[in-house]
Amino acid sequence: MEAFTRAVRKDCLKMIHNAKSGHPGGACSCVDILAVLYKKVLNVPLEWDKAVDFNQRDRFILSKGHASTALYATLAHCGYFSKDLLSGFRKLGSKLQGHPSSRTKLPGIEVSTGSLGQGLSIGVGIALALRLDKINSKVFVLMGDGEMQEGSVWESLMNANAKKLENLVVIIDRNNLQIDGLVDDVKTLEPLDEKLRAFGFDVYEIDGHNFEQIESVCLEAKNSNRLTAIIANTIKGKGVSFMENNVSWHGKAPNDEELRKALEELDVK
Amino acid sequence: MLSKNQTVSSPRNCYGEKLVELGAKNPNIVVLDADLSCSTQTCRFAKAYPERFFNCGIAEQDMMTTAAGLAYGGKTVFVSTFAMFATARCLDQIRNTICYSKLNVKIVATHGGITVGEDGASHQALEDISFMRSIPDMKVIVPADCIEVSDVIEYAANTNGPMYIRIPRTNLKQIFDSETYNFNPVAGIKLTDGKDLTIVSNGETLFEVLEAAKMLNEVGIEADVLHYPVVKPFYHTVLKQSAMKTKKVVVVENHSIIGGLGSAVCESLSHYAPSKVCTIGIKDTFGQSGEQRQLMEFYGLTDKKIYEKIIKFMDVR
Repeated sequence: MEAFTRAVRKDCLKMIHNAKSGHPGGACSCVDILAVLYKKVLNVPLEWDKAVDFNQRDRFILSKGHASTALYATLAHCGYFSKDLLSGFRKLGSKLQGHPSSRTKLPGIEVSTGSLGQGLSIGVGIALALRLDKINSKVFVLMGDGEMQEGSVWESLMNANAKKLENLVVIIDRNNLQIDGLVDDVKTLEPLDEKLRAFGFDVYEIDGHNFEQIESVCLEAKNSNRLTAIIANTIKGKGVSFMENNVSWHGKAPNDEELRKALEELDVK
Repeated sequence: MLSKNQTVSSPRNCYGEKLVELGAKNPNIVVLDADLSCSTQTCRFAKAYPERFFNCGIAEQDMMTTAAGLAYGGKTVFVSTFAMFATARCLDQIRNTICYSKLNVKIVATHGGITVGEDGASHQALEDISFMRSIPDMKVIVPADCIEVSDVIEYAANTNGPMYIRIPRTNLKQIFDSETYNFNPVAGIKLTDGKDLTIVSNGETLFEVLEAAKMLNEVGIEADVLHYPVVKPFYHTVLKQSAMKTKKVVVVENHSIIGGLGSAVCESLSHYAPSKVCTIGIKDTFGQSGEQRQLMEFYGLTDKKIYEKIIKFMDVR
């Protein structure tokens, strides 16, 4: 798992460097969560779209669409599509759009995201459809903490509880930073756990870089029949010393030298 | 094609009834509303199929993306609220989730246009068609009577992809003959034949236009009246043929003159058949409270006002 996430982080940074734009900070903060989800938790067939039991798959929505590189690299390293495609990230005609697009038919991408605050609500809709069809799959939605400032998120949380959804799991990548600074300074979410509980969720708080914790809590949520929210405490830019907890790396590409240093660090670890 | 009798009926009731009928045939249809189910008449579906109806409360943005999720889950989704809130408030959700992912969501918005009446400007959607028309892959349909509402809803249920269907609050006089009229999703329709002028309309102004055309006839002006329920995609042929003959085109709509049917007609004509055009609609302004008929009169959308405007326009060289 350690080696896997190191390789994914390296590819995220290479993709962003190659595209000369992208979002390294929020990608690196959720790499470990994605790795555990795709390798240990989600039932998502590799033969995307063609599997016999395709409808039975778990659904994953990356609501924080700007972390697209983390999802793309994870999917490629898991074998959903060729790693060769990664170099096309953000390039004209590529299936790897700046933010995930379902239009490009990239295996593994369920729906388009990018405009913040919509993924959870999409997840609620999918969960309702699965329940109507009596399909026992789970819907996992990964959100950013800054994203939770969008009012529509709270409409969705309210609706998930009102509709008594038992098949929805919300994971919050709580890296505490957003473009303009600390989430706490811009517009605090605190007390987030109490708010989520008040909205009817079972709330778990974990270290979002601890593989064992991520796995055990996500599996517990997957097997639970209650609405679950997982607050994953993470570090923005995790894995690269000069990017960690540094908000200036929210949406900036590393130059040649910065990339070299970053890859070197990731190799040593 | 045109009906002899002019019974008046509610397009919202007609929508609600049709949903119930379609829901019986197709278990895949689900319906969402945002606390206006009695106004939009989706309450009929809610009563018939409670497990397939989702009231999302007063939270339209969440409703739109929830609708998107249900559609992604394989459902045929009808989502209703007032046109004002369905479009302006949820534009991002409709663009970035429903249309960008090309999902099977039918937004059936009631209370479109100035004829919302007494509630005033905050509830009068005069820009909704403009908003919806500008989004890629969104189909925009504005039916003109209850016969057509029924046809359009059935067409929507059987056609994949995002769609915006606008119906008014007001009762509508019957225009079409239920036996002989069939909604054509891929063309405008010529309802009367003339040589002097082309008049294009849809929605609740179509009836007024047909009456105005009769008045024009009495003073020797013969008009092609074209009905364009499908505003987007815009099907050029019928308009082009008519405009090449008459060289003068009037568009009448219960919407802002910016971005709606008038704009669609101008875009088409400038390309295929440059003509003099007069657009009759709400002129870049907010509406106000008033009785439905008073408002139609005030904003120049009654048969008589349309007639007067056209008489003036016919003098333009």
